[in-house]
Amino acid sequence: MAARKTTKKPNVSAEELKTYYREMLLIRRFEEKAGQLYGMGLIGGFCHLYIGQEAVVVGLEAAAKEGDKRITSYRDHGHMLACGMEPGGVMAELTGREGGLSKGKGGSMHMFSKEKHFYGGHGIVGAQVPLGAGLAFADKYKENGGVTFTYFGDGAANQGQVYETFNMAAIWDLPVIFVIENNQYAMGTAQTRSTSTKDIYHRGEAFGIPGEIVNGMDVLAVKEAGEKAVAHCRAGKGPYILEVKTYRYRGHSMSDPAKYRTREEVQKVREQSDPIEHVRELLLTGKHASEDDLKAIDKEIKEIVNQAAEFSKESPEPSLDELWTDIYA
Amino acid sequence: MATEILMPALSPTMEEGTLAKWLVKEGDTVSSGDIMAEIETDKATMEFEAVDEGIIGKILIEEGAEGVKVNTPIAILVEEGEDASALPAAAPAAAAGTEAAPAAVEEAAPVATAPAAPVVDLSPDWPADAEMAQQTVREALRDAMAEEMRGDEDVYLMGEEVAEYQGAYKISQGLLDEFGAKRVIDTPITEHGFAGIAVGSAFGGLKPIVEFMTFNFAMQAIDQIINSAAKTLYMSGGQMGCPIVFRGPNGAAARVAAQHSQDYTAWYMQIPGLKVVMPYSAADAKGLLKSAIRDPNPVVFLENEILYGRSFDMPQVDDLTIPLGKARIWREGSDVTIVSFGIGMQYALEAADKLAEDGISAEVIDLRTIRPMDTGAILNSVMKTNRLVTVEEGWPQGSVGNYISSVVMQEAFDYLDAPVINCTGKDVPMPYAANLEKLALITTDEVIEAVKQVTYR
Repeated sequence: MAARKTTKKPNVSAEELKTYYREMLLIRRFEEKAGQLYGMGLIGGFCHLYIGQEAVVVGLEAAAKEGDKRITSYRDHGHMLACGMEPGGVMAELTGREGGLSKGKGGSMHMFSKEKHFYGGHGIVGAQVPLGAGLAFADKYKENGGVTFTYFGDGAANQGQVYETFNMAAIWDLPVIFVIENNQYAMGTAQTRSTSTKDIYHRGEAFGIPGEIVNGMDVLAVKEAGEKAVAHCRAGKGPYILEVKTYRYRGHSMSDPAKYRTREEVQKVREQSDPIEHVRELLLTGKHASEDDLKAIDKEIKEIVNQAAEFSKESPEPSLDELWTDIYA
Repeated sequence: MATEILMPALSPTMEEGTLAKWLVKEGDTVSSGDIMAEIETDKATMEFEAVDEGIIGKILIEEGAEGVKVNTPIAILVEEGEDASALPAAAPAAAAGTEAAPAAVEEAAPVATAPAAPVVDLSPDWPADAEMAQQTVREALRDAMAEEMRGDEDVYLMGEEVAEYQGAYKISQGLLDEFGAKRVIDTPITEHGFAGIAVGSAFGGLKPIVEFMTFNFAMQAIDQIINSAAKTLYMSGGQMGCPIVFRGPNGAAARVAAQHSQDYTAWYMQIPGLKVVMPYSAADAKGLLKSAIRDPNPVVFLENEILYGRSFDMPQVDDLTIPLGKARIWREGSDVTIVSFGIGMQYALEAADKLAEDGISAEVIDLRTIRPMDTGAILNSVMKTNRLVTVEEGWPQGSVGNYISSVVMQEAFDYLDAPVINCTGKDVPMPYAANLEKLALITTDEVIEAVKQVTYR
């Protein structure tokens, strides 16, 4: 966990900072609401919240351009919101309703948007890594200049198919950015107990894939690293690894009591490295925004999230005929 | 405005829990993320965090209370200046409860039924006057791929030794020369990885053909075949399909023993979202593979190494395609129906020849596609012959024949004059020794014996 560095004065506009603040806050408030709806029994099954990790997707989306693709694991709500998918559609999928992005048939872990180039939402740890390289394979085949952000966690980084994919991505120079969202815990297993290397991106070196550590609690640092990785891929130099050190405040899923770490550890990150507080501070100390400006943004986000929640409750359950549709094209 | 804090569901199965401990008291200010209480679920003790900002106006359920139902109000959150004592006592819990249980509403609704059985399609696969030439299954498969690759730039072939080596079984012979290394791609020996890359490329708009050197090795990749390729269309609400063909030899070759001799037909046949094909003849191999490549769904295309070198009649027609899901009646008969597919057809047809000498007329059906299965063709035939024997190389428990038996029992029980017999490979891993291997495989004599049993001869 890299502590926040505040020494460097960021070269960033007020508008840009406000955008990041708004987007990160949307994810956080959305996830808090999802947790609440889960508690009310409106969301069932598994529900993996992204709280704490918001700067990762917001920073990387800032480095992407139209047509770039993204794919991730089951902790996917943040990725969907960050790439512009409708909060109402995401929330209604969580509640398993007709208005959900997968018509209620995918749930929290399995959502997609062809329009936004979001390729899931995958429930099998690590399976999205070759899939992401495959999307990059298609881009290279079609010579369309696209880049694919392939997200996975420190837990998935121990799956064999990740390294099978590293190897092929390297020999075929695939335009894929492997984003290791290292939140330090694979469910309840700390990285030190599961992983032979301290820094996972080093494993790319064995395949000739360059990479670096990124402070995932600093959206500006994430964006900067993302831009470098994107430039590398677009130049035809093959894959790149970003190991983004981050932290999830909540349990692995809603039913995780998180006994594998102390309350103090979580509290310390919240107080010292929170990605949203960071931008808030930059906005205030740089005189880019007043407390009132930020309150207005908070209010606006709260409204969006409440509307999403309302939609997710009002949307009807899928029609019973839906059981038999979408099995074959 | 005052809001009720409700007893949360903190696991997928929790219906009630114990409010073990309050970590806040009345009058405390809480903000989002603050831990308010410890709650024991059916699984563990969980921390319960605040979502909204406010002041704890009133605690409604004291700590230590057991069996608190999910959605029962446990506290009231007020805004600054609001007087908690003026609030009504615990609101009726039922109000929140009904909102949380939308599933119950439709409990009495009728169960949706599966689509009706398909109508039997007895149309010929090619014009009756088509000229015939001899061609091997190997050449037929190659021609099918070459024709489809010529017709569609998005079709490409990927697998171990498919390019420079010209195919481990020479199925892809000549394709690298014609289509180049961009579209005929040698992979490292890494089935799980390249199957996933191919599936991802199909999501990205390409139409991959993945060759597994044999389907035994596809077990390394089966998660990608089932969880990623077969299910994504459904999980995405119809947004994102996976047009891909997984092909390669399946089942026993010769003397390669247990790990290289397994029939996976029954495995893949189980999976909704997959289509499963296993051709016998060269014409079917070609026509079905071309259809499989054009199909917008993932197709598992099972071949047989022993059949690769066998020659069959090949109709000399342009663009031979055979629809998936259509069985072929190889031989008409009246006394018994024999259903098989792939190399099983060899035993079925040999048996039918020998049975004819004994005056038993067998109708032989080649399923060709195992999923979706042309059960209409089977039922039609059984209603005529009243007897059924199935033939396959795979193991007996959970076999393709077992499924056919259940369909026939449910749909045509009154037409059966004898129990259905499933002829299968023996229930053992494939042995190496020549004599034992012979014993483990299905034989023509066993098919003849089964037919004699069901015809009481």
